Amino acid sequence: MDFNLTEERRMLQETLRRYLTDRYTTEVRNGIISSEAGLSAEIWAELAELGVIGALFAESDGGFGGAGFDIATVFGELGRAGVVEPFLDTAVLGGGLVAALGDDGQKALLGDVIAGGLHLALAHGEPASRYDLSRVETSVRGDGDDVVLSGRKAVVINAEAAGYLIVSARESGGFFDLDGISLFLVPAGSKGVTLRGYPMLAGGRAAELVLDEVRLPGTARLGEAGKGFAPLMDAVAAANVALAAETVGAMESAVELTRAYLMTRKQFGRPIGTFQALQHRFADLLIELEQARSAVINAAGHLEAPDRDRQIAAARNLIARAGRLVAEEAIQMHGGIAMTQEYELAHIAKRIVMAEHRFGDADYHLERFIALSAA
Amino acid sequence: MDLSYTDEEKAFREEVRAFLAEKLPKAVSDKVRAGISLGKEGHDDWHATLNEKGWLAFNWPREFGGAEWNAVQRHIFEEECALAYAPRIVPFGLSMLGPVLQKFGSKAQQDYFLPRILNGAHWWCQGYSEPGAGSDLASLKTRAVRDGDHYVVNGQKTWTTLGQYANWIFCLVRTDPEAKQQEGISFLLIDMDTPGIEVRPIVLLDGTPEVNEVFFDNVRVPVENLVGEENKGWTYAKYLLTHERTNIAGVGFSQAGLDAVKRIARIESAGGRPLIENPHFAARLARIEIDLMGMATTNMRIISQAAAGQAPGVESSMLKVKGTTIRQEINDLTRRAVGPYAMPFASEMIEGDNDPVGPDYAAPVAVQYFNNRKLSIFGGSNEIQRGIIAKMKMGG
Repeated sequence: MDFNLTEERRMLQETLRRYLTDRYTTEVRNGIISSEAGLSAEIWAELAELGVIGALFAESDGGFGGAGFDIATVFGELGRAGVVEPFLDTAVLGGGLVAALGDDGQKALLGDVIAGGLHLALAHGEPASRYDLSRVETSVRGDGDDVVLSGRKAVVINAEAAGYLIVSARESGGFFDLDGISLFLVPAGSKGVTLRGYPMLAGGRAAELVLDEVRLPGTARLGEAGKGFAPLMDAVAAANVALAAETVGAMESAVELTRAYLMTRKQFGRPIGTFQALQHRFADLLIELEQARSAVINAAGHLEAPDRDRQIAAARNLIARAGRLVAEEAIQMHGGIAMTQEYELAHIAKRIVMAEHRFGDADYHLERFIALSAA
Repeated sequence: MDLSYTDEEKAFREEVRAFLAEKLPKAVSDKVRAGISLGKEGHDDWHATLNEKGWLAFNWPREFGGAEWNAVQRHIFEEECALAYAPRIVPFGLSMLGPVLQKFGSKAQQDYFLPRILNGAHWWCQGYSEPGAGSDLASLKTRAVRDGDHYVVNGQKTWTTLGQYANWIFCLVRTDPEAKQQEGISFLLIDMDTPGIEVRPIVLLDGTPEVNEVFFDNVRVPVENLVGEENKGWTYAKYLLTHERTNIAGVGFSQAGLDAVKRIARIESAGGRPLIENPHFAARLARIEIDLMGMATTNMRIISQAAAGQAPGVESSMLKVKGTTIRQEINDLTRRAVGPYAMPFASEMIEGDNDPVGPDYAAPVAVQYFNNRKLSIFGGSNEIQRGIIAKMKMGG
């Protein structure tokens, strides 16, 4: 066994940490959050240049990584700094699906993605689908050489910045059938696509999407007709590793801020960290943080393994529970200061808690774990 | 033992219900339900409605224009108001300063200030916490130095809730820096229009403008605005805190919150079935409801003792911890209930006029979850309450 990162990953980690510490301050980040675009094109370009996006793709796709531990390394650092830029959406989900399913023409987009010149977004969730990945009501029908998409997509993160939307639609079967889901590359601004954009509580932007008879050439199809569910599951598995790592990165920051505060904030004539009632609670956070770190390692290490889904469900359940504890306890031990927007912890706590609303909360992953364990 | 209300109390509940049905505008209760800010005017209007009925100062003695209700009546009223999504009565003048002036204020102060609390001419805010004095309130540093007929006040207060609406602030200030911490504090009433006062908003993590910092730079306060005696302010402050803790359990708020999350869980679906039938969600919901049933009875036991003239002691600290924990659990469950639609944030929504993204009930829930982290921090943090409980039961 060897739990050390490879030399390359360690270097990437150091480079990223140094860059984000210098460049991605609370003030800069708060400015990005309140900006109209909700992301910084400049920082996106700089991070792309540092190799952040390339690290998320395999060599055969033009990158230099793409394995579970590459994803965990990158997103752990993004999480520590509370980065709101949509690397998950453009690279892991969007780029991941294009890499897995694209024909040569479609895969040509990846060069642009890796260089930082093209955003992507996955438009899969729908107003009623909650976390059910197979529930797709958006429909597609063939019309000569064309396909025509109709339906609604909900909380599509990064939809406004994306040059292409990857839209899932049902080609056949009932609302919950695993078979019959197809994927399409829909260029931004296609006729019949309406976006209603909005900011999100933890930063970044999303949109509600209406597809009203969106007509595309058949070549817009990504992968095989009706066989979209399995590759979607693969992309979401990678996204879950990223989300897990990002959340644990944010938890590390929350715990570190709390440690520093407990040691410096004085009440009743002494640092509040000298009160045993708080010491024990702080110790509990450290214990849970180690559990969460191991959960990321389990998930990342099994991204290509047969037991992948069960490991990921376990990791996300554990991290959802530990994350909530860390976020709430960090705020509580700080007191009012932690609830102010200008203090770093406020944003970090939001990132931790709101991550639970992407691809399943603690209960969803608990149910997945039970079902997969019984199988 | 008799767990039922008397006929008189039942009749009173009916009277409150009928009043709310008639006088609480739907537009207002909709805002409260949706977590939308009412603004100063919204609060003033509701206060005026209650004042007209004689119910605004329900905890004040009749001689000062109050309703002089007993603890059971107050509980019934507050519970019905919470269930009807009535606005909260803004507590600073009515349940904090009012009782202090009635007990410790001069006749002139009572005659001048109390009617202005009732008619809405004065909106009070609370000048207690400071950047260095939170849980350890007695370490406060804002100074007041006597200069002829005035005190000259210098320093800073923080976490001043709704201070942006206030025209008066009651402040704890240090008048004797040599004395032991609690013994050199005085209680001053300060007109916010006095030169040298600056109010700066603090933006909270949910983006809502709710609390402020208040700065005092050589602010001259007439000596007649001192409440009681100089250097005895800590006694009055403690008296105020016991009044702040009425309705501390917030049973009505929890009941309303629980009803709301059940309504949401019947509409939301998970795996093709109503969320409320999901066993994991149902278990979370049931655990909270069971805890709330227990606390509601604890609360009633304490209220009965209070109605019989017994002053609550350690129990109010217990209710603060349990009551806030339950409310926060309900906020957490509500956030879970709405799934991915917890993520959108549109501050316009908080102010009122935009179409919500997703179902309308989803818009405020994540904001409320984060905002209500304050419940276990303010009004004496839950750590301070636990310290009080242990100290009272174990001595030392």
